[in-house]
Amino acid sequence: MPVEGEPANSSLLTVGQLTKLFGTFAACDGINLDIRPGEIHALLGENGAGKSTLVKMLFGVLAPSSGEIVWQGQPVRIASPSAARKLGIGMVFQHFSLFEALTVAENIALSMDPGVSLSKIAKEASDLSHAYGLPLDPHAHVADLSVGERQRIEIVRALLQNPKLIILDEPTSVLTPQEADRLFETLNKLKAEGRSVLYISHRLEEVQRICDRATVLRHGKVTGACDPRKETPSSLARMMVGSDVAHVSAEGTSAKGAVKLEANHLSASARTPFAVSLKNICLKVHAGEVLAIAGVAGNGQGELFDALSGEYPVASDDVIRISDKPVGTRGINARRLMGAGFVPEERHGHAAVSALSLSDNLILARSQSDRRAFLGGGFLGLIRQDAVKMAAKRISAAMDVRKSGENPPAGSLSGGNLQKFIVGRELDRQPTVLVVNQPTWGVDAGAASRIRQALVDLAKSGSAVLVISQDLDEIFEVATEIAVISEGKLSDIYPASELSREKIGLLMGGMYGKTETAETTHAH
Amino acid sequence: MRIELERRPDVSKLFSILSPFIALGLTIFFGGIMFVLLGKDPVSALYSFFIEPLTEVWSLHELAIKAAPLILIAVGLSVCYRSNNWNIGAEGQFIMGAIAGSILPVVFHEWHSPLVLPLMMVLGMLGGALFAGIPAFLKAHLNTNEILTSLMLVYVAQLFLDWLVRGPWRNPGGMNFPETRTFDASAILPEMIASGRAHWGFGFAILAAILVWFMMRYTLKGFEITVLGQSERAGRFAGFSSRKMIWFSMLLSGALAGLAGIAEVSGAIQQLRPVISPGYGFTAIIVAFLGRLNPLGIVVAGLVLALTYLGGEAVQVSLQISDKPIRVFQGLLLFFVLSCDTLIHYKIRMMWYDLTKTTGEGAR
Repeated sequence: MPVEGEPANSSLLTVGQLTKLFGTFAACDGINLDIRPGEIHALLGENGAGKSTLVKMLFGVLAPSSGEIVWQGQPVRIASPSAARKLGIGMVFQHFSLFEALTVAENIALSMDPGVSLSKIAKEASDLSHAYGLPLDPHAHVADLSVGERQRIEIVRALLQNPKLIILDEPTSVLTPQEADRLFETLNKLKAEGRSVLYISHRLEEVQRICDRATVLRHGKVTGACDPRKETPSSLARMMVGSDVAHVSAEGTSAKGAVKLEANHLSASARTPFAVSLKNICLKVHAGEVLAIAGVAGNGQGELFDALSGEYPVASDDVIRISDKPVGTRGINARRLMGAGFVPEERHGHAAVSALSLSDNLILARSQSDRRAFLGGGFLGLIRQDAVKMAAKRISAAMDVRKSGENPPAGSLSGGNLQKFIVGRELDRQPTVLVVNQPTWGVDAGAASRIRQALVDLAKSGSAVLVISQDLDEIFEVATEIAVISEGKLSDIYPASELSREKIGLLMGGMYGKTETAETTHAH
Repeated sequence: MRIELERRPDVSKLFSILSPFIALGLTIFFGGIMFVLLGKDPVSALYSFFIEPLTEVWSLHELAIKAAPLILIAVGLSVCYRSNNWNIGAEGQFIMGAIAGSILPVVFHEWHSPLVLPLMMVLGMLGGALFAGIPAFLKAHLNTNEILTSLMLVYVAQLFLDWLVRGPWRNPGGMNFPETRTFDASAILPEMIASGRAHWGFGFAILAAILVWFMMRYTLKGFEITVLGQSERAGRFAGFSSRKMIWFSMLLSGALAGLAGIAEVSGAIQQLRPVISPGYGFTAIIVAFLGRLNPLGIVVAGLVLALTYLGGEAVQVSLQISDKPIRVFQGLLLFFVLSCDTLIHYKIRMMWYDLTKTTGEGAR
């Protein structure tokens, strides 16, 4: 079905009225999209807008409920990823599917036709990766590679099939600014060869920088098709969110108070072979302060959170202090009772249990800190469901959590709404210390700005807030102080106003301001 | 073509309740077909399988006797399984409970006192719990797989019992038969009501089911069990210890299996023999899942499986067929219950590919 008055045969891929139903819920509802040869086409949308569902249908992972896919003028049915690859569609997923114990070449061989020798694949992969400016050692083990390098494997794997269309799902979410720049060069090279790229992102400046055209999705429908270079970030955001996104205001932050959270030469060895050990971390968060810790994923953020929260207590009491009391060996509930609150990175199965209701998920974090309100019956520990449900309702109202029904299971909420509930669950206690890991990871723009504002407001009211985040936009929005974590080591803490993105990028690569050459940041 | 299971957007309340009954109906229907194929009259066969045991008082008592250990064990197992600890060794814990509880009536058989019976029950629970403590220790501190260790310990318990009754505990006045002396009247669990043989084991089973149901439904401990079963990481975030939960759930289920063991020996058999269980510990696993790991559901499921034991014995007598149909019935029932439950949550969708337009090789 031709779109925008173009004859169908000038398009590489045309999607007409494509619909995917899950039960009665339309994840994609009558989507029209066309991709021309040799363009970088952006697919924009909040979480839950239907981007992933759409590309899964294009790559043969999901079967559409109705509608058609036209590939080079021929209507096609894409039954499986291998069928998609045969057509000439390659895909780089957001979450890599690599075996860490295998080498680069072995990982690539897994997705190729059987019968091609490993040495041939290694040779081709190495040639191709250098030709596109994505240097890779085919004999390196994946476990030893950085996230950026792992992404290169996925890209090279897709390129080896000589695709006409490459789909990239949120490719820069795990990259340093420098690594992202390299990726963009590669994409431009692909474009110059006449290949098309479908680029999924919610980072507006990137889209404006590299994309020729953009299609915007909201609630499973196309809400706009435009040339991103002719739009402003706020007009694009409006198409994505459907309304203006509230700007986070960090004005009027109060003066620094006493130190509320402190780590003194905190070290912890890695618990698993693929974890990162923490090395001599020192930090202080004062009342009224938001300390943001930047860093590329997998550099010890999770481990730092575990140590600070007390999920995995450390050997010595003195290395972690909350409100000036040593707590290093105490568990998470002891720290909660001292007024600390914690928000882990992973929503499902860590911060919340998907199958349990919101009120049960409220007890999850607050069974001890709110013992008096939520539990009765003395040693029996009877849960006072009515009190808990009231509190859950109060939190939902305060954070504008949109849900189906009074007390639905946590798994039925969208990522943004669940995250609002999880953050609200801690804010409801007015914690004096709040430690948050990736507060808006995978959350839509509307919910993200609400959560960030809540963090800023909490600090303003005199609490100490520690935010661990990979998102530099977020860090600059909320932080009063910034530090960078790299390979389990923490940089010095700088006032937010004194740091530029470039400086943070260098710190992320482990360069503590000594030799400032961009090239070395890629050497892992 | 490929078949997909698609999650239903919302689950019908009505069919959730009806599901076990539909399963029972299907089991009876296909069981009837089985009897026809065996050349027997299906109506009379089904009658003697399912109805006859329920028509006489003495067989209702037998039903309670068979259901008691099944329910007691399955209630304990439900706590284990809900907390993601896979105790498969209840049969062994049953036997060790029976042995520990029998110390008083066998070794100290001259001591008669009203205290004997309560002490036997306590010792039985201790024996089962300590035996379940072995896989618990191995899992909590050495990270071994509790499925394997608890299962292997079943054979240890069976052989230990065999050695005891043939060796040190053999009845001196028992003509060399491999069994212990019969218990003194003060060591025998009394009947619940005067009309028949059913002993207090059934009362224990109902009481245990109600207490565990209350714990799971209303208390923080029950919440802890549910959370740790669903996600260990979320449990850690809540400040719950999965290591302590391994100990708690294994010791609890071991104690209940041990109580079932001593109650069976003291109430029904009244001495120790080389074999004291027709596989109650394993059948209880089916009971736990048929009851959907809900203690009240387990009471019903325990009665149903006890009925298949009784009905199986009845048709052996009345129709002169082997004991295999019982196994088939139990299998059919489990199959239909699980598939009915699945179809309540999922619907089946056939994916047909249009062959003229297919570009890939289709379904793998």
